Amino acid sequence: MSGTLTIDGKTIPFAAGQSVIEAARCAGIYIPHLCHKPGYAPHGSCKLCTVFVNGRKTSACTYPAAADQNVVSDTPELQQDRLRLTQMLFVEGNHFCPSCEKSGNCQLQGVAYHLRMLDNHYPHFYPQRQVDASHPDILLDHNRCIFCNLCVRASRDHDGKNVFAIAGRGINKRLIVNSASGQLKDSDISIDDQATQVCPTGAILVKRTGYQVPIGERWYDRQPISELALGKEDSHER
Amino acid sequence: MKTFVDKVLAQAEFQPARLLEVLRAVQAEFRHIPEPAIELIAVGLQIPRTQIIAVAEFYSFLHLAPQGRYELYIADSITDRMLGNQQVLEALAARLQVAVGGVRGDGLVSLNRTACTGMCDQGPAGLVNGYPLPRLTPAKIDALAALIEKQVPLNAWPTEMFRVEEPICRPDLLLNQAFVNGAAIQASFARGLAETLAELDASHLRGRGGAGFKTALKWRSCAQQAATPRYVICNADEGEPGTFKDRMLLDLYPDQVFEGMTVCAAIIGSNHGLIYLRAEYLFLRDKLLAVLQARREQGLLGQAILGRDGFDFDIEIRMGAGAYICGEASAQIESLEGKPGIPRTKPPNSVVCGYQRKPTVVDNVETFFAATHIAIQGGQWFAAVGTPQSTGTKLLSISGDCQRPGIYEYPFGTPVRTILQECGAEDVMGVQVGGPSGTFISNRELDRVVAFEDLSTAGSFMVFNRSRNLFAIAQNFTDFFAHESCGFCTPCRVGTSLLKNQLAKIADGLGAAEDLTELSALCEVVKNNSHCGLGESAANPILTTLLSYPELYLQQLQYQEFAPAFDLDATLAAARRLAQREDPAAHLNQVEN
Ligand code: SF4
Ligand code: SF4
Ligand code: FES
Repeated sequence: MSGTLTIDGKTIPFAAGQSVIEAARCAGIYIPHLCHKPGYAPHGSCKLCTVFVNGRKTSACTYPAAADQNVVSDTPELQQDRLRLTQMLFVEGNHFCPSCEKSGNCQLQGVAYHLRMLDNHYPHFYPQRQVDASHPDILLDHNRCIFCNLCVRASRDHDGKNVFAIAGRGINKRLIVNSASGQLKDSDISIDDQATQVCPTGAILVKRTGYQVPIGERWYDRQPISELALGKEDSHER
Repeated sequence: MKTFVDKVLAQAEFQPARLLEVLRAVQAEFRHIPEPAIELIAVGLQIPRTQIIAVAEFYSFLHLAPQGRYELYIADSITDRMLGNQQVLEALAARLQVAVGGVRGDGLVSLNRTACTGMCDQGPAGLVNGYPLPRLTPAKIDALAALIEKQVPLNAWPTEMFRVEEPICRPDLLLNQAFVNGAAIQASFARGLAETLAELDASHLRGRGGAGFKTALKWRSCAQQAATPRYVICNADEGEPGTFKDRMLLDLYPDQVFEGMTVCAAIIGSNHGLIYLRAEYLFLRDKLLAVLQARREQGLLGQAILGRDGFDFDIEIRMGAGAYICGEASAQIESLEGKPGIPRTKPPNSVVCGYQRKPTVVDNVETFFAATHIAIQGGQWFAAVGTPQSTGTKLLSISGDCQRPGIYEYPFGTPVRTILQECGAEDVMGVQVGGPSGTFISNRELDRVVAFEDLSTAGSFMVFNRSRNLFAIAQNFTDFFAHESCGFCTPCRVGTSLLKNQLAKIADGLGAAEDLTELSALCEVVKNNSHCGLGESAANPILTTLLSYPELYLQQLQYQEFAPAFDLDATLAAARRLAQREDPAAHLNQVEN
């Protein structure tokens, strides 16, 4: 099944099996997102991509595109809700952007720029979260995890390893590592895994690569996420 | 440990889908899920150890740290609070020398709160090692503490302590119906299965779980799926605080529930039924197993049911482990597959892609119970009662400030006022209809009616008189959602905790006008962006109390403009200590007036 649908009044084509967000991306229309990535199974948890499809609210990343759908995405109300959701992600964890080596390449930050986020709006939770620096090549800083599940999917579906999972519920969610000690060094993760490359924030970092490109010259320093995400999201890896 | 875990794994036939059952057994034996067991189970079921940890952390009654050999939970729903659960907790803590939320040093006993035990009509209630302790009185607490100190095994405790009553205060159409085992199956065969589905259609029966989807439509679209096998799931995870009518149906009318499932199986072409029983109803398990066995002996389950060649169907009981979200159909299916109960993304719907990714009908206990009688009496009989959009009758679980808490059956369309009169509620401030996820209505709205057209409800009716504090109610419910959010999606995971804190700020008298505006805006973000019904309704307690009693919220505000969420001066205490200063200049005023 393929055909056309309209998004914010513009008619665009879609191919069989595409979600609304993928159809939009291929047509050059950016719908903000964090837990979605082309080539990965949809997850639908961050809710930034929430749109109206034929008047009903749904996630554009999980909703199948279909003929004659009327999709509404770029409205002040939806953008305002996206801003609030992004702010929720910021206050839920501990994000010290100025000292984060992902700064400029971080999608959470990129989306915040896009949505013109000027403050965190909500009171911070200041959770106590650990840093797992045990692995010689890979750093896991739980403070910056937004539970997008991309590393889980990368490891399970692309690396065939199941290194990561998300446990707990509610505000006590946490990312866990598949090893008896719970530490990254005892897992079978490797530096070549997609799971080490996929994190949209600075939660999973490859060591000793941090400042090769100076801050100020990085992806979202030079080009807004709305443009970058459309073209090169597949190559969002180092 | 290895011998025990191996035995449990063998009983679960090494099926990863039955992980919850395995973990429940391990928890019952070792009072937690010990590290070596995680390893054994991961190897035995060939699943990653992270799945076991994720499941153990998801469900309230599973623990990675040891609990007491006597594991006590005291219900913390608003009605239990009104009936004095705090005194019960304090008395138990003092008598047993254990902190609330802790485990005693010798490991004998642990004491915790739990959201709801399904006994809001006979609180303050609790659970010990999964078994119910209704109506806890000071005398019972003394007896209980003595039994624990003497380490008397549970099966030697007086049965009276565990006796759950089923007060049926007002039977109507369904509860008054006579029933002979097999009658609904026989009637369906005699009339024809397609014709029986047509009767169900004509009855306009809508799912009794709250969402109100047309039952015949669901069964028909499942029957039309090409994929097999197909499954029938009875959702007995009645987790909405204040609801206990499924408990009563399973306790007193189990055959009529199982028969509804069997009729459904015949219609959709299913061989396998599952009943997902909430953890708190463990006390019903043995009884239900016996009923299932009797039905097998009567030829009502098993091979060639009632002699009909090719109609094979049986029902399996699976226990939950304490997670309200598992009442949501797709979360329940995830749970039945041995995973955390996280609602799936739709489409596809469970009817198309349900248990084990196969077509599945998930219906509530009361829905199957009603379907049984419709199969016997026909659609018209049922449709003649109620209102056009809501045919038949509804079971209500009534608790709170009334003389006769219990179960009531009313035709749809009955006004709240009538119901309150009959249960003996006086001086009413408001009623929470449909539990925390439902609607709070004030005493100015008592002419509203119970029906899908007006107040739709899964059956919980909590009555509050004028002595009650509106904020205590809204806070109890809001905290409940923050605790029960599965954490999958941002608006609910973060939003419910923000709601809890923001409401607490106002309730504690630290709110300003700005905080009320912020609270309403936050309610909308959570409601409008969440992934499933839990998040969509998590703001309802605040939104509906705000609508009913705006003046109470306004009175609660301390400042007209702005109030900080924290005590500025107090946060400087550490700095003052370090600087060894106590002079006036080292202090700050909270708000410049
Ligand atoms: S570590 Fe990164 S990729 Fe993994 S869930 Fe957290 S934010 Fe997503
Ligand atoms: S709304 Fe809440 S309960 Fe539902 S999926 Fe989102 S986090 Fe989970
Ligand atoms: S991108 Fe669609 S919900 Fe996250």
